[in-house]
Amino acid sequence: MIPYSPHPHQEPVAGALAVNVVNISGAYEHQRAPALNGVNLQVPVGARIALVGSNGAGKSTLLKLIAGLLPLHQGTISLFGHSVGVCRHRVAYLAQRSEVDWRFPMTVRRLVGTGRYVHLGWFKRPSAADRQIVEQVMAQLQIEHLAERQIGQLSGGQQQRTLLARTLAQEADLLLLDEPLNAVDVATRAIVSQVLDALKTQGKTVLIATHDLGRLEQEFDGALYLCEGREVQPPPGSFTGVHVGEWAVESRPLVAELVEATSHLPLTTSHQQPTTNPS
Amino acid sequence: MTNWLLEPLHYTFMQSGLLAAVLVGLTCAVLGVYVVLRRMAFIGDALAHTVLPGLVIAYLNSWNLAGGALTAGLATALLIGWLSERREMREDTAIGIVFTGMFALGILLMSTVRSFRDFTHMLFGNILGVTSSELLFIGGVAIIVLTLLALFHKELELTSVDPGYAAVIGLRVHWLRYLLLCLLALAVVSAIQAVGVVLTSALLVTPAATASLLTQRLTPMMGLAALIAVLSGVVGLYISYYGSVSSGAAIVLVCTLCFGVAWVARWARSK
Repeated sequence: MIPYSPHPHQEPVAGALAVNVVNISGAYEHQRAPALNGVNLQVPVGARIALVGSNGAGKSTLLKLIAGLLPLHQGTISLFGHSVGVCRHRVAYLAQRSEVDWRFPMTVRRLVGTGRYVHLGWFKRPSAADRQIVEQVMAQLQIEHLAERQIGQLSGGQQQRTLLARTLAQEADLLLLDEPLNAVDVATRAIVSQVLDALKTQGKTVLIATHDLGRLEQEFDGALYLCEGREVQPPPGSFTGVHVGEWAVESRPLVAELVEATSHLPLTTSHQQPTTNPS
Repeated sequence: MTNWLLEPLHYTFMQSGLLAAVLVGLTCAVLGVYVVLRRMAFIGDALAHTVLPGLVIAYLNSWNLAGGALTAGLATALLIGWLSERREMREDTAIGIVFTGMFALGILLMSTVRSFRDFTHMLFGNILGVTSSELLFIGGVAIIVLTLLALFHKELELTSVDPGYAAVIGLRVHWLRYLLLCLLALAVVSAIQAVGVVLTSALLVTPAATASLLTQRLTPMMGLAALIAVLSGVVGLYISYYGSVSSGAAIVLVCTLCFGVAWVARWARSK
């Protein structure tokens, strides 16, 4: 196999954090992405973490940096113990729907199949096993009846399920999902929730940017609250996180002036730190 | 009827003309599908026009014409690729400025020679006067373009539909765009031999646009576009032979007619 990326793919380092973001900052005006200012995030393998904040808070920027779509100016990011770009086959990214050219002639099956490309590399065609995985994930997202349909004929919810199916087809260990529930129908919402639960059972690590604060506590192990590219604290009594394996999810001290300025927002820092003796 | 079809084939210029029309049609139509789907029609037209000063400079210095055209074409392709990566100016504006300027330079250089006549085949093509070395060039371009399109099919498709995801899995989206632009430059230079600078973009756009009206699938769309272009090339040449009209214009008009028929057919089907 000849990988697309100039780095040969490497397997995760045993015992390393799935995501370790240390003090990253940077402005991305050229890419029309909000700036980040000193963000930290430690995510243990198997955790499901929400990135919360209003539009322009930097949720997408953070996901894009982790996915390797934006250059890192300051700070470090490591994924499974490697720098960004080394574990591409283990990291799947679900962009917002608007970033796809839906008018391009392509069937749902073929778009879902592009999730296998990272394992194929240059010149190789999908094998029978690849095709079988594609059929499985389409069934899981209940889009198998749409398999031969053109992507231009899908509804918003169907588009979202198709893209999520593609993300699952990659069989990655870390999934970066940018607003998977943005403007989708109730049925899609239910299916996506089931998929997320299934990922949890499989021990996958999932990072989700979301507006939806309703069920954070039931659905996530921790949350990182972002405001204008900075982490902020949660309001008193709100969800701060739980233990995931040997890692504890903790909140961090308040930054006073930020809380003042953004008191209309749900403010939290959540942060996973290793504890020598998990209680 | 058979006689009517076979008679022109006795002439060598018709044989090589037909072969050139088929090869150019094939190359431009298949590549043209990407041009249409990625909304690069304007770039195709711009490339054809910026090639003119390269052709004229080569002609004035008695250099190889295809070499001059190719140099200008590839330089423009790289320049357009570079421009599209920056955001200081809208891409189509930048291309508009560069291509009209280059075309004007070509015309200016042409006007330094007393007679314009030598240049009409550059502007409008002269497929019946195609030499064996030009035919070899056209054939080589066809092989290169079609082979590379086949080899990088799944990557070109993915970077067209979802460049963001392509970048996440490590594909260099810019490089594939440069590849497409360079192939476009090659195809444009070979098409100029057939239909000239002014009509080249028709071969890139019209057959592919016609095919896109008739099918919603990428590979059949390429096949159909190729079929339409090859057919138009052959029919256009016969019209040119029997009607004593410009071959390039005849080929392009048959393409346009195909588009009209497809448009009406689709409209009738949707009724």
